[in-house]
Amino acid sequence: MNIELTVNGDTHQLDLDPRVTLLDALRDHLRLTGSKKGCDHGQCGACTVIAGGRRINACLSLAVTHDGGAVTTVEGLGQDELSPLQRAFVEHDGMQCGYCTPGQLCSATAMLTELDQGWPSHVSAELDGPYDLTEAELAERMSGNLCRCSCYPGINAAIRQARETAE
Amino acid sequence: MRPFDYHRPDAPDAACHAAAEAGAKFLAGGTNLVDLMKLEVMAPTALVDLSRLGLDRIEEDGEGLRLGATVTNSDLAADPRIRSQWPVLSRALLAGASGQLRNKATTGGNLLQRTRCPYFYDTSADCNKRDPGAGCAALGGVQRNHAILGTSDHCVALHPSDMAVALRALDARVALRDGDGLTRVIAMDDLYRLPGDRPDLETTLAPAELITAVHLPAPHGDRQVYRKVRDRASYAFALVSMGAVLAMDAGRITHAALAYGGLAPRPWRDTEAESLLIGERPSEALFAAVADRLLRDAHPHEGTEFKVPLARRVVAAVLREATQ
Repeated sequence: MNIELTVNGDTHQLDLDPRVTLLDALRDHLRLTGSKKGCDHGQCGACTVIAGGRRINACLSLAVTHDGGAVTTVEGLGQDELSPLQRAFVEHDGMQCGYCTPGQLCSATAMLTELDQGWPSHVSAELDGPYDLTEAELAERMSGNLCRCSCYPGINAAIRQARETAE
Repeated sequence: MRPFDYHRPDAPDAACHAAAEAGAKFLAGGTNLVDLMKLEVMAPTALVDLSRLGLDRIEEDGEGLRLGATVTNSDLAADPRIRSQWPVLSRALLAGASGQLRNKATTGGNLLQRTRCPYFYDTSADCNKRDPGAGCAALGGVQRNHAILGTSDHCVALHPSDMAVALRALDARVALRDGDGLTRVIAMDDLYRLPGDRPDLETTLAPAELITAVHLPAPHGDRQVYRKVRDRASYAFALVSMGAVLAMDAGRITHAALAYGGLAPRPWRDTEAESLLIGERPSEALFAAVADRLLRDAHPHEGTEFKVPLARRVVAAVLREATQ
């Protein structure tokens, strides 16, 4: 099936079997290997990309369903220079093996937007925001991203710094 | 994943028509269906993508809200009307899955998500839900995330949804449409079947019948609580969950709708247990009586006995919070 996909601002025409997930389309067809295949079942978050402005698990989404849509991957977060969040990850040593990092970066980027939009979370005491990025809020909102090296202290510090820099 | 045809209709009637093909399935967010297709637990021969049907809106419908079937869980949880008037629904949605999954998962898809019983997912294990008549490896297997109410000798699988528990407590109704364009609206209670000897048949939907919306009536009660107990702090299915919608007047309970997750093959309600509360002043003895009634027919297996005392504590805690 022929589809059109705009990834990191570039529009591509792809001829895909409907079985191809968005993750496999990005990695195997567009050679954008930043998005990682971890569990491949939506549990680890390594494949997280931003589609239509929202963070999603690219492994559980069929590429054909994104026909005409726009996707941002880790390669698109800081194209000419690193984004403030990416720089913060470097400064705070927010990675070890680096496998989960692209998903953490895409997820955190979109999560900070959700926070700006006043979306509540499971741990929010009240349902009407705004919300501070407390330790509990950060952990809950990033719970869809696992890091098997357990670099969470660095990851969390980096996300906080990016948040504070943006404010 | 097995090969399948892919259809992307632009109107509900065309979607129902396409889904009338044998082996076809509707595809909404895909967070559960695509997962099951990868594991070949499900192998539809055609997918009918619902994303272009215009069912992604939340609209006021006079008495409450009409939630389009493809509204995402995150949009629904964040909607200001839901947050202020139906907070139990926001809370239930936020207790489920991860941010990434809530951005894809939909209202209709959430109602129809399949059980998380590990034996259903393991295609080498016997499962009456996956393969009718095969037997049930969960019985006598490792049990923790299994049901204690409404089970049968053929199946002990749970309905996994948090959202559906809140919708049960809110007396939501489900709007359906079939391939002939016929529409009907049913209570949540009438959507789900108990397993009996056909656990593969989970709902009362006809083949190719499409959930188009969920109707959310104005809430009967101003006190709404959702509590979820799970094995880890976030991103896990419920061991026991409970949604409560209560109203009180002059210190007495005037309305009580209590729904449960983690206990049964469908979002569970027991109106007899609820009726014990009406006209009464809240007390620990009263809450214990409600739990007694709720759990009178509980049938735990080895490994799920803990759910009986856990459910008792959840009932007491939620009722305490809702009647403060």
